[in-house]
Amino acid sequence: MSQVSLTVNGRQVSGAVEDRTLLVHFLREHLGLTGTHVGCDTSQCGACVVHVDGKAVKSCSMLAAQASGSTVVTIEGLADGADLHPVQAAFKEHHGLQCGFCTPGMIMTATDMIRRHPEGLDETTVRAELEGNICRCTGYHNIVKAILAASAAMGKAAKGKAKKAA
Amino acid sequence: MYSVNYHRASSVADAAKLLKSGDAKLVSGGMTLIPAMKTRLAAPSDLVDVSRIEALKGVKVSGKTVTIGAATTHFEVASDEKLKKACPALAHLASLIGDPAVRHRGTIGGSIANNDPAADYPAAMLALGATIVTNKREIAADKFFKGLFETALKDGEIVTAVTFAAPAKAAYEKFRNPASRYAVVGVFVASGKDGVRVAVTGAGDDGVFRAKPLEAALAKKFDASALDGVKVPVGSMMSDIHASADYRAHLVTVMAKRAVAAANR
Repeated sequence: MSQVSLTVNGRQVSGAVEDRTLLVHFLREHLGLTGTHVGCDTSQCGACVVHVDGKAVKSCSMLAAQASGSTVVTIEGLADGADLHPVQAAFKEHHGLQCGFCTPGMIMTATDMIRRHPEGLDETTVRAELEGNICRCTGYHNIVKAILAASAAMGKAAKGKAKKAA
Repeated sequence: MYSVNYHRASSVADAAKLLKSGDAKLVSGGMTLIPAMKTRLAAPSDLVDVSRIEALKGVKVSGKTVTIGAATTHFEVASDEKLKKACPALAHLASLIGDPAVRHRGTIGGSIANNDPAADYPAAMLALGATIVTNKREIAADKFFKGLFETALKDGEIVTAVTFAAPAKAAYEKFRNPASRYAVVGVFVASGKDGVRVAVTGAGDDGVFRAKPLEAALAKKFDASALDGVKVPVGSMMSDIHASADYRAHLVTVMAKRAVAAANR
């Protein structure tokens, strides 16, 4: 057994887990954060993507013990109370989902992608960056649209803030 | 996944000590090992995590010499500004591995120690004439990669870094399997003061190899046209559901030509 202790969505959590426990199972079964999904369980589909220390990772391919000491953000940690995160809002606005199973992973991948591309995104980059996330419903079209819209909105908001600060 | 004991090593010496327990294996990013354990293809009794050892991290460029710590992730290699100047081909190669989430976890040390016959880094190490540094010795890439998933590493030996001289020209071209993103054929071409070296991954039936006929042709003239009609032997190619040996042999020359053209750009 391992004693793991990490910060999840701003909350300090700890627990005793079997060493073989995957991070996704710790999140879902020990913390009840079932927004993170297990899709393929072979690190292909990306439904389990969460942020560990600010980087998108597949939580089905990492042990909870490996994440101990880290800061984790899941889909539940994005919204600010009742206000959706801009990426969540864009997925809603542009209907970037059908069944919704892949959506938590898509949104966590999208927020990571937007953060790494402060210069802005184009369609080719978004499609290339989405190679680790599989959606079986949408054909990706509206997902790409939503991410481009969110990237533009977040870029604008950041510029506005910078102006205010100046 | 079978039951396993997890240990987090605080230093390379600590990792070496922990590695003596039972049938222990090193884990860094775990992008190959954890999935292999989930499918029970691998079942180590103990895992020794080296991913948080600071001494194993980072890219250093000093003059022409590039040194990359074993626990440096693919993302870090792909986005390192110093490396992009010294050896852009290697940074580009790292950006082609897996997907963004995999690149955030997987490490160069893990990739070369695993020596998957379709992994990208072994081709770069071989073509760059890199030296693999372990906690016990230094091993030339030519002697390091021994076959399918086989390396010169002995029990208890830990890869700590790789080091190489930045080549004058280099490029990597990869024909990717669209599902796994592994190389069906990947060719790394490097031209430097030690001549031209061409290493091929994904294609050989005994893992990564140097394509000597292509090297000889390029030594005369480092231009894609020098490879017109030059072939690698079909007999030593891998054949599977993704590509036949004939097709792979054909692709080796095609990807090598593209790599030379890219290196000359």
